[in-house]
Amino acid sequence: MKVGVVTFPGSNGDRDALHAARLAGAEAELLWHETPDLHGCDLVILPGGFAYGDYLRAGVLARFSPIMIAVRDHAAAGGLVLGIGNGFQILAEARLVPGVLLRNRSLRFEHRMVRLAVERTDTPFTSAIPPGRPLRMPLAHGEGCFYLPDDQLDALEAAGQVLFRYAPPEGNPNGSLRDIAGVIAAGGRVCGLMPHPERAAEAVLGSDDGLLVFRSLVESAAMTPATVTRAPTVR
Amino acid sequence: MSGSRDPLAEPLQGALGLTQHELDEIRDRLGRDPTPLELAMFGVMWSERCSHKSSRPLLRTLPTGGSALVAGPGGDAGVLSIGDGLAVVFKLESHNHPSAVAPCQGAAAGVGGILRDIFAMGARPIAVLDGLKFGDPAEPRTRHLVQEVVRGVGGYASCVGVPTIGGELVFHPSYGGNPLVNVMAVGLLEEHLLTRTAAPGPGNLAVLFGSTTGRDGIGGASVLASASFGTDDPSKRPSVQVGDPFAEKLLIEASLELIGRGLVEGLQDLGMAGITRAVSEIADRAGTGIVVDLDAIPRREEGMEPFEVMISESEERMLAIVGPERLEALLEVCARWAVPAAVIGRVVDDGSVTVVTGGVDAEGLPLPGAATLARLPAAALTSGAIVYERPARAPTHRRQAPAPGAPASASDRLPERGMDPGAVLLSLLSRPNLGSRAWVTTQCDATVGADTCEASERGAAILRVRGTRKALVAATDAVAGVAALDPYLGAALGVAECARNVAVTGARPLGVTSCLNFGNPEKPEAFWQFGEAVRGLGDACRSLGLPVTGGSVRFYNESPSGQTLPTPQIGVVGLLDDIDGRVLPPFRDADDVVLLVGEAVPGLAGSEYAALAGIVVEERLPSLDLAREAALQRFLVAAASERLLASAQDVSGGGLAVALAECAIWSGRGASLSLRVSAEPAVELFGESPSRVVVTCTPRDLQRLLDLARGHALIVEVLGVVRGERLTIRLVGAGATGAAEERGASVADALECTVADLRHAWEHALPRALGDEAFLAASTDGAVG
Repeated sequence: MKVGVVTFPGSNGDRDALHAARLAGAEAELLWHETPDLHGCDLVILPGGFAYGDYLRAGVLARFSPIMIAVRDHAAAGGLVLGIGNGFQILAEARLVPGVLLRNRSLRFEHRMVRLAVERTDTPFTSAIPPGRPLRMPLAHGEGCFYLPDDQLDALEAAGQVLFRYAPPEGNPNGSLRDIAGVIAAGGRVCGLMPHPERAAEAVLGSDDGLLVFRSLVESAAMTPATVTRAPTVR
Repeated sequence: MSGSRDPLAEPLQGALGLTQHELDEIRDRLGRDPTPLELAMFGVMWSERCSHKSSRPLLRTLPTGGSALVAGPGGDAGVLSIGDGLAVVFKLESHNHPSAVAPCQGAAAGVGGILRDIFAMGARPIAVLDGLKFGDPAEPRTRHLVQEVVRGVGGYASCVGVPTIGGELVFHPSYGGNPLVNVMAVGLLEEHLLTRTAAPGPGNLAVLFGSTTGRDGIGGASVLASASFGTDDPSKRPSVQVGDPFAEKLLIEASLELIGRGLVEGLQDLGMAGITRAVSEIADRAGTGIVVDLDAIPRREEGMEPFEVMISESEERMLAIVGPERLEALLEVCARWAVPAAVIGRVVDDGSVTVVTGGVDAEGLPLPGAATLARLPAAALTSGAIVYERPARAPTHRRQAPAPGAPASASDRLPERGMDPGAVLLSLLSRPNLGSRAWVTTQCDATVGADTCEASERGAAILRVRGTRKALVAATDAVAGVAALDPYLGAALGVAECARNVAVTGARPLGVTSCLNFGNPEKPEAFWQFGEAVRGLGDACRSLGLPVTGGSVRFYNESPSGQTLPTPQIGVVGLLDDIDGRVLPPFRDADDVVLLVGEAVPGLAGSEYAALAGIVVEERLPSLDLAREAALQRFLVAAASERLLASAQDVSGGGLAVALAECAIWSGRGASLSLRVSAEPAVELFGESPSRVVVTCTPRDLQRLLDLARGHALIVEVLGVVRGERLTIRLVGAGATGAAEERGASVADALECTVADLRHAWEHALPRALGDEAFLAASTDGAVG
């Protein structure tokens, strides 16, 4: 399993994601935003941060970054892509995952430890997670309120594309509709997640639940060579 | 020289705050009249904030040595070795006045400035802690300031990817017109990358990189930081620097890459007094000089005067000294990070800062037809700047008027006056100074970097050091309530409390940084307060064996409503050799034994309890025995390393009862305890006398822990056990049941509260004080949407 973590100017979770991927047993390297070359990586991670400053709207500039050409091709070929926090915002702006991320309902930056219910464990992002096991990890963002019109939300849920939801007791800190914290694209190979699994990948940090996400990816890559573009069965 | 104009005719002199005496001194040193540009350069460099002209003689008395010291004051921040080839770099700074004028931008720029001090030395910034002080939270202006300052410091740190791991938020009416925004930054350095803030090697080039130079922050050092405040004055807004965290993030990465690749000989951040300070300090430290090519400085606007370019405090800029052969590689790194860079000068060997317009040649000499606008000895601007021996005078009248309706005598027996001590505890937890800080901490990113083990609401925060078993522990505290009455004691208490907060985790305190926020040093009484605080700081650090590795001094914290409390903000970093040995405040397991180590001494002055009760008890300050404090901290480190402690919690604001309540709230566990009380139960329950901690251990470890405490000559009292869902403290002894019953008073002889009630009071305190009940609704329901 080879993991590439993209460094955009303004990324601040790139080294954290690199570290977590290595903890999960992957070979991992940083990829530079100006070079549309993924160095043969099986999984591309778009990390947290404020790519290009995010002064206009989160993720809106990064979408036009040269490396996104390669990321788009990778996704089109059935390659794995995980966007975390700002990475999710970028994927949403690039229309690689459904939904938009609005400012938090509180109109404030929110940093909290949250609990995620995992909706499916038959995806490459969740296969190592025991069914029914909630994940605790931190969340930190100003624009993470997941939004889609009602009918599209119904369709998203019906297609099994909601992967993570905020769960009690901490609940939903940003006002996301239907408590959605993470989604997958229709093919099941591209995932966007607002909370930060890479910051919860070791017990010493208060939770190692996040490592399960990285382990899932490493294990599923071992089972499914990157060249095979097999999407999980959609319910 | 183009010094033909009479400097006295320049309105600049007054605007930049130079006195007639200082002007005379400048003429004496130069043997001529200064040019207009030189005058501006002296104006900013001899301002209080840059020159420390009032404080330097006193600051020299502070202890700065120590075995772990890699670099002490003189660099940008202190550097202490933590083994494994690593060092911790840390410093406290303030951005008080800019935060009063433009709270979000001002506070944000403060974070940017202190971070540059850290990475200029080659260290990656890994954490910030905020020491925030505001006026009455019921005032709309205070609420606005709190929200905007929190947004500023939290937003900036989050964007540059540095976690905000702790700090303190304190309300006191004296800060109403002049909030304090102190920021402590911590960095981790691979020692071999330690970078000098110096300009060695004549022939080397000075490269300015980062943002362009504009008119923002002109004279910020002198105009804002070195004068007292009028009312909210929009005319001062142009003096506030505007922070751009994205630019800073690029600057951090570019600087660390330049250092990591060995491309720079020296690196200096630009902050107060801009290019003038950067070039004069970096030259003075190396004993060299610099010729600045004024025309080469990239600007963000047209028509800037030479003095504006030279003293602008535009944010997010750095100055690198580079060998000509490495220039190309340096420019490539900057270009990769999209950071503009320009060669703006050359290192020479004449000890002077020379500013030339019209071009310089490869030797740093003006080209034909070029004009030299300034030529000043670098030392005269920095290490040799003017110094004042200010007169100091103890205030003759230190009493505050009692609050209306307050008891006339120093009665501190509240529980005996018929009040339920449980109700007093709930009232204390409901106070904005003692309640939960979640309102702030949820607005700041505490976990970016993936090294945060414990972010702290109060007390110390813990960061693991990746690749080792070690952890860094950091805390910041100020005991301003006491400092107002006795600045010596207040500063010493601040050091003791801050170091104790580090030691309760089991970490060995390594060193101290401080930000001394005081009034106008030209007023003898304010200067006396400052001198006493420096003396207290020095004595406490010597007793605890801690070097003062750096810090800052901020005078003129005054507004039309008066001087703020003198506030010696203290920062301490410590080292845990094994992170698995860390000790946290919450109770751990049922049936663990609860002990109080240390004993209460009389005195409620300056306490939250005194503020709640409206009692004025100025003559009875808690005393501090520094030898006992040192013994307590040694005991804590030893007990943690022997794995005897299940939990440990410092006793400070709100006293023992609040400390116990926090242990209960944070763990969700109650305790069944007995406390021997004297004639004044309020002292034992709510007094803030120092050098006390609450620890717990398993029954099996009790005897060893007691022996260890007695071996350190400490007084220990077994209070009871962790149990149930209530905090119960039975009061026994002369001050409790017996005495009260004899008088026939119907007095509660126990403090009893459910943990749920304690939590409710504690959680609601701050949002309620700030009028933001919506925060609670959002937090408690969870599902907002």
